[in-house]
Amino acid sequence: MSITPEHPAALDRRTVLRRAAAVGMLATPAIGLLGACATSGSDGDNEQVAGGTKSEKNPLGVKEDAAIEVVIFNGGYGEKYATDVHEPLYKKAFPKAEVKHQATQAVSTVLQPRFASGNPPEFVNNSGEKLMDFGALVADGQLQDLTELWDAPSVDDPSKKVRDTVVPGTIEAGSFNGKPFVLYYVSTVFGIWYSGKLFKDNGWAPAKNWDEFMALLTNIKAKGITPYGYAGANAAYYQWNVILTHAAKIGGTDVLKNIDNLEDGAWKQDAVKQAAAAWAEVGAKFSDKSFEGLKHTDVQLRQNQYKVAMYPSGDWLEGEQKKDTPAGFDYQLMPVPSLSASDKLPATALRATAGEGYFVSAKSKNPKGGLEYMRQMLSTAGAKGFTEVVKAPTVVTAGSEGFAFPPGVASSQAALKAAGQDVFNLYFDGWYKELDTEARTATNELMFGRINADAFVERIQKRADAIKKDSSVTKFKR
Amino acid sequence: MRHGKYPFVIGFLFAPVALYVTFVIWPYAQAFQISMTNWRGLSAPQWVGFDNYRRLLDDGAFWKAVQHHGVLLLALPLITIAIALFFAFLLNVGGKSSGGQRQGVWGAKFYRVVFFFPQVLAVAIIAVLFQMVYRPNESGLINGVLMKFGIEPILFLVKPNLALWSIIAVLVWQAVGFYVVLFSAGMASIPGEIYEAAEMDGATKVTLFFRVTLPLLWDTLQVAWVYLGIAAFDAFAIVAVLSVDGGGPDGATTVLAMEIYRNAFVYSKYGYASAMGVALFFLTLTFAALTLRLTKRESVEY
Repeated sequence: MSITPEHPAALDRRTVLRRAAAVGMLATPAIGLLGACATSGSDGDNEQVAGGTKSEKNPLGVKEDAAIEVVIFNGGYGEKYATDVHEPLYKKAFPKAEVKHQATQAVSTVLQPRFASGNPPEFVNNSGEKLMDFGALVADGQLQDLTELWDAPSVDDPSKKVRDTVVPGTIEAGSFNGKPFVLYYVSTVFGIWYSGKLFKDNGWAPAKNWDEFMALLTNIKAKGITPYGYAGANAAYYQWNVILTHAAKIGGTDVLKNIDNLEDGAWKQDAVKQAAAAWAEVGAKFSDKSFEGLKHTDVQLRQNQYKVAMYPSGDWLEGEQKKDTPAGFDYQLMPVPSLSASDKLPATALRATAGEGYFVSAKSKNPKGGLEYMRQMLSTAGAKGFTEVVKAPTVVTAGSEGFAFPPGVASSQAALKAAGQDVFNLYFDGWYKELDTEARTATNELMFGRINADAFVERIQKRADAIKKDSSVTKFKR
Repeated sequence: MRHGKYPFVIGFLFAPVALYVTFVIWPYAQAFQISMTNWRGLSAPQWVGFDNYRRLLDDGAFWKAVQHHGVLLLALPLITIAIALFFAFLLNVGGKSSGGQRQGVWGAKFYRVVFFFPQVLAVAIIAVLFQMVYRPNESGLINGVLMKFGIEPILFLVKPNLALWSIIAVLVWQAVGFYVVLFSAGMASIPGEIYEAAEMDGATKVTLFFRVTLPLLWDTLQVAWVYLGIAAFDAFAIVAVLSVDGGGPDGATTVLAMEIYRNAFVYSKYGYASAMGVALFFLTLTFAALTLRLTKRESVEY
């Protein structure tokens, strides 16, 4: 470059750089734009199709040739069950109707703008990491009331209502303030999973009470295997689930009801504190500090490599790990052991629910079609087909009969049967996402030894109180 | 041909300005509007005035994030510029002089390319890469080696007081290459005669660096400082992908963009998230204005 002092190029470079900096400054907080998707045009400019004639084959009165659009979350269960089983069933019932199929891994990314612009699809499988907030959807009147569906005659036996063909608790699981809005379709049992082979080879037996559990943990540790662990990086809720399940067994199911209803001091109930203290000890003595930095897939893989003995999860685990599970691993479920003889619920009690949410958009063109699609899903053929494709039991009682499940699901189904009436569920995480986040963070703090049980319940209670006071959050009760 | 100049200029400007207004200015204005509502992303928003901002004042996570930006704002530019200057000096004038022309150290051309590599990679890829590097067990790049020697693994992203620095290290690693190139360009335009004269007067390499290179590079440094400062207000992608539990442990690595993301897309509180966005906007603006004002000084003409 020339060294002539007045050479304009040198000056230009400086001015250009400075101006470029100014532009960069304007361009960066781009995340501020994220809220900027159109807020206008929210209340449906969408004309709904007229109803068809009700008949025995068509109890909901669906218009025979109206199209429906089905959006499926393409996750653990894939999309094949929809394209191969449920959609053909709908087509068979209504040959003139067009069924539009779409699969996505990011439900909210795809659907949020469509809800905002008043043009939602009829039927949505709202699931996965990017699911849309059910609470917000309900508060907004976006979800179709499913009462009509539950009261409709079932496909297989017109004398039986749909609500009588599913396992108890299914409708409640998808109800908000007593109104059913969501169909949870897959039967889900939670517990602690271990390898049947590993336990058999070492002569270990699943624990029923806390003393047995402690002895088991000690034995496993002596073998050089990490006895217990969960993934702190992204799956801390697997562990708060264990703590709260334990709390319910200690203090009865009202413990969880109080938590869900945001009752004052719900988290400070003795049962929650006892459970937290018990598990904090497990975290301190029988887990591995490095798990806080691992993702759920990492820890699950370590279990498949026989490096971790016990792992808390739901019964989707076996299917999720299918590719990595060595032959003969033999997934088995053990309910969370009871703490003492004074526990309110027996050792067999467990948390089970219906999982994988589906809803019908109230503001779509053909909501009746969406309801009918659900009715077809809940037929024996629909449920059997689903179970055959994804190897998971549905909430339809007749759908799982006579099906040979893989060992893990078979063991969780057996545990569910053994639990009898002592089956419970909790809802706060779906109702109040913020409370879920706080519980996850606090669980990591507790299990990796940075706070004790008192501080654990204290901080979650504080957040629960704040949510209770927050008028912008819609509240739910059960 | 002076007449007809303005219609000509306006004709050229119209399209880009229209695009800029539609896709940049307008969404900004909308973010301000949304921040005054309780919009949850679905139905029409309701006006709540300054409620969201009032709520910001007692939001622990928000203040934690602001605090982290403070740390980033000091650490990121300082460390990056120091390292980049050092490398750039070595690459351009650190070697011996031949024929009156200052040379870089041996292999300078090769290093220049190598330093630029991280800049070519997408941020998300870098974050995933460093997941492997920092992994807290035997399959981690660093801890795998440590554990071979029987040393306890270092829990980079898990220890609350180490996590933020682990994130900063990644940001520095990623940024250094670009600033080496930027400073190299700046140094290349410094006339060789000045170095020669200084050397004749007996200046050492250290003196050369502090008395010649640094003052003549001031403008470039200023730009670098503003850029890095702005980068310090972002850091979203690295934190989102790399940190434990999304800005954890217990918010130890969270940044504003992370909190905005969480409030908008996890809690569906778009109004509140927009309020945070507006706060971030003003923070960035204030920083840039301050830096440009404070670092203003007579530049040396040559």
